[in-house]
Amino acid sequence: MVFAQARWDEPLIIQLSRVGKIGFHESHSYDRTVLDLIPSRLRRKQPPSLPEVSEIEVVRHYTRLSQQNFGVDLGIYPLGSCTMKYNPKICDAIAASHKIQELHPYQDERTAQGILQILYEASDFLAKIVGMDKITLQPAAGAHGEYTGVLLMRAYHLDRGEKSRDEVIVPDSAHGTNPASAAMAGYKVVEVPSNSEGCVDKEALKSAVGPRTVGLMITNPNTLGIFERDILEIAKIVHDAGGLLYYDGANLNAIMGKAKPGDMGFDIVHINLHKTFATPHGGGGPGAGPVGVTRRLADYLPVPIVEFDGSKYYLDYNRSKSIGKVRAFHGSAAVVLRAYVYMLLHGKEGLQTVSEVAVLNANYMAQKLRKIKGFSLPFGEGAPRKHEFVLSASLLAKETGVSALQVGKRLLDFGVHPPTIYFPMIVEEAMMTEPTETVSKQELDKMIQAFERISEEAYAKSDQPATSPHATTVTRIDEARANRPKTMQLTWRSTNPTS
Amino acid sequence: MKLAKTHPYIPNSDESAIRQMLSEIGLQSIAELFEDIPAAIRSKADLPVPSKMTELETRRHVEGLLAKNLSTRDVLSFLGAGVWSHHVPAAIDAIITRGEFLTSYTPYQPEISQGMLQAMFEYQSLICELTGMDYANSSLYDWSTALGEAARMAARVTGRYEFLFPKFIHPERLATLRTFCDPVDIKLVEVTQDKRSGSVDVSDLKNKLSSRTAGFYLEYPSFLGFVEQAVDEIEAAVHQVGSLFVAGCEPISLGALKPPSDFNTDIVVGEGQPLGSHMNYGGPLLGIFACRGETLLRQMPGRIIGKTTTQDGKRDAYCMALQTREQHIRREKATSNICTNEALLALAASMYLSLLGPKGMSEVCSAILDRTRYAIDSLRKLPGVVAPAFDAFHFMEFTVNFDKTGKKVSEINDGLLKAGIQGGLDLSSYFPELGQAALYCFTEVHTHRDIDMLADKLRMILEA
Repeated sequence: MVFAQARWDEPLIIQLSRVGKIGFHESHSYDRTVLDLIPSRLRRKQPPSLPEVSEIEVVRHYTRLSQQNFGVDLGIYPLGSCTMKYNPKICDAIAASHKIQELHPYQDERTAQGILQILYEASDFLAKIVGMDKITLQPAAGAHGEYTGVLLMRAYHLDRGEKSRDEVIVPDSAHGTNPASAAMAGYKVVEVPSNSEGCVDKEALKSAVGPRTVGLMITNPNTLGIFERDILEIAKIVHDAGGLLYYDGANLNAIMGKAKPGDMGFDIVHINLHKTFATPHGGGGPGAGPVGVTRRLADYLPVPIVEFDGSKYYLDYNRSKSIGKVRAFHGSAAVVLRAYVYMLLHGKEGLQTVSEVAVLNANYMAQKLRKIKGFSLPFGEGAPRKHEFVLSASLLAKETGVSALQVGKRLLDFGVHPPTIYFPMIVEEAMMTEPTETVSKQELDKMIQAFERISEEAYAKSDQPATSPHATTVTRIDEARANRPKTMQLTWRSTNPTS
Repeated sequence: MKLAKTHPYIPNSDESAIRQMLSEIGLQSIAELFEDIPAAIRSKADLPVPSKMTELETRRHVEGLLAKNLSTRDVLSFLGAGVWSHHVPAAIDAIITRGEFLTSYTPYQPEISQGMLQAMFEYQSLICELTGMDYANSSLYDWSTALGEAARMAARVTGRYEFLFPKFIHPERLATLRTFCDPVDIKLVEVTQDKRSGSVDVSDLKNKLSSRTAGFYLEYPSFLGFVEQAVDEIEAAVHQVGSLFVAGCEPISLGALKPPSDFNTDIVVGEGQPLGSHMNYGGPLLGIFACRGETLLRQMPGRIIGKTTTQDGKRDAYCMALQTREQHIRREKATSNICTNEALLALAASMYLSLLGPKGMSEVCSAILDRTRYAIDSLRKLPGVVAPAFDAFHFMEFTVNFDKTGKKVSEINDGLLKAGIQGGLDLSSYFPELGQAALYCFTEVHTHRDIDMLADKLRMILEA
């Protein structure tokens, strides 16, 4: 278990700047005096202080930075609810074609039939996987899909003249984006507690719903990785109150081919293509968050929707009840293309295997890790987990002082990206772990060994967990300093008197 | 239940691995792990999607579909209008496809993610140099959603609920602005622009500005390519009533145009795609968002990266800052719900701005101005054609009016397409008052010969 991340001590790109250098081929085919055409009151007097560097310096700089960054291509990255699975290279290879890269969203539809067909078929596959009737590909990310979904609920209720509905219900274990998306749409957020099984407390839900209910936003399996087996009853409680049921698709990787949100009573589903459908997370983005709906909500979808009239594919803007647009143009086509390729590569058999092995890997790991001294698997005793599980390090913290944070930092020394820590908030010292289907047993065992070793270190009063990480580009970072007004530095220009 | 089939991306999909893992945790089959799904909702049939294909079959199939598209390498295109064709230096694609960047996610563990964190800190710094603003976030989805967030931020900061925008705004940006503002009752008010010059009607603006105004938004350069000249006057009027001044910028133009900070702009939004990203049929894109001053900073949406040190103080290091604005900490009280952003495109933008530097940016701007001027000179000679339709200084794009030719833009574009040319964006449905008008875009990718060819084909169509 040897891991050593590169330490280049790389300066900022601006510090590499030397007057007169350029990383760009200058042209000599025209007259520079055209700049004088700019009216003087609009002309930039001082050029922007950008770096002056040659191409090789830019390439080395960013190659070195890349070596100081950890990705799925380097090792296990079991960040819970983020589905950090392997991103097949063929998806990127196909997306590197000028036949997608150099297409303009406003070009004549007759010259875009290929991409329109891909978008149409991808929508169709996604709709079938989640059991919805109609899909919009526009949302740029999961949270953007959530906002779109909440706007669809709003449009539905307003269309029915139910203006007094203003409360969105979320479980206390929900992703932070759920309440944030509901609030963005102007709604109040009502939180319902989880029961001892880690599932929605139905009695609490019954008392939370009413004439003000817009809908309930949940994941299934939930953020503990536990399947909400009473989902049909939950759906009935919400629907009987006139509300709608929203499926946060962050955890879809658990159930492909096993169960469909549409069959569980959900009205709206968002799908994170960068999670379940393996499009690269890009260091934070891009993603894509298509939204699927049942027939009764289809009229409200944003425009345009890709349609097929039997002979040609086209963008349909003709939807009178549409919520309008949630972004410019038609969606992140290059991301959808990758997801389409991924779906073809797996097919119906492969997508089911994805979920089966993702769940097997999670349960294998959960059963192994819970037995390690200091760790436990709270909630849902005996219930199988789905694609992820939430381990608690609370006993370890109490007995040795080594917290989930320190376990996470120490994991870095073994070349393992830590799970999501301190989420969901209903678990103390939470470590939300999602290995995905794309890791081998050997890798899982390696991570389990790392946990064992950290537990031994903690109980042996070793200072390793507290002083970790040691093998990363930098040692433990002073995050408080980055947030204190006197030391905060958010650009290279800002200088602080105290720094 | 049948065992899973072996798959190249799923190392534990072979029978022996599955059996061993199951037996180690005391199970007989994978099916047991799904038994908690009630029978009523458990899927009985296979997913109704096609069977899997090999990599070779997939490649042939998808490339066969893509071959039906005509890209800007197949046809000569003069479309802009929010997504623009520019040369993307090869070094950018080489770096952003490196797995260490490409397959990482939000740097929740900063010690192992210094590369992306430093790159995002550099991106924020470069955007601030280009726009002249104090702070930038590390990306939003696109210009239109950045505008929506800006209007909401202006309302939060001022406690006011009217947001003003100019008539000739990008229609898709306006549509997005509406879906961001309507649910929280921010009223959108249109301000007139002069039909001849495109200038904001300052008296109309002053009439509409009041103690209820959260902000006024100006596109600079405008959607239709003309550049507002009276920005100082507009800014003074906006600030006089205590409203925020929000500018929407196409970033390449800032290599030669005054940065928005010179006009005391409070918030800058824009589209970062021209900075080293391909058009990709309109997405993914890169939402630029910058602001001035600490009060606004604390209300800014999106992720922000800060420079700090290691705890032992020995080395510089980077981490996420001001996370208490964000959804994963603040939930319903967050400044925005954004989580996944456009980091990879921000990395491309950093590389683009670094490769070009001040000289390269000026170079690209002069190439664009050269093509714009050449195109205006060529097109205005055509019978019945008015180019540009607005009497103003234009950058990169301008409106061409065909009313006097007796032909519709749709007919003209049909004719051009037959000759292998994608004409400008038909504006007649967006802005009927402009008549039969199209928005043409000229960048450094066009040569004078390309423009000659456009003019020749247009002449043939108009004279036919």
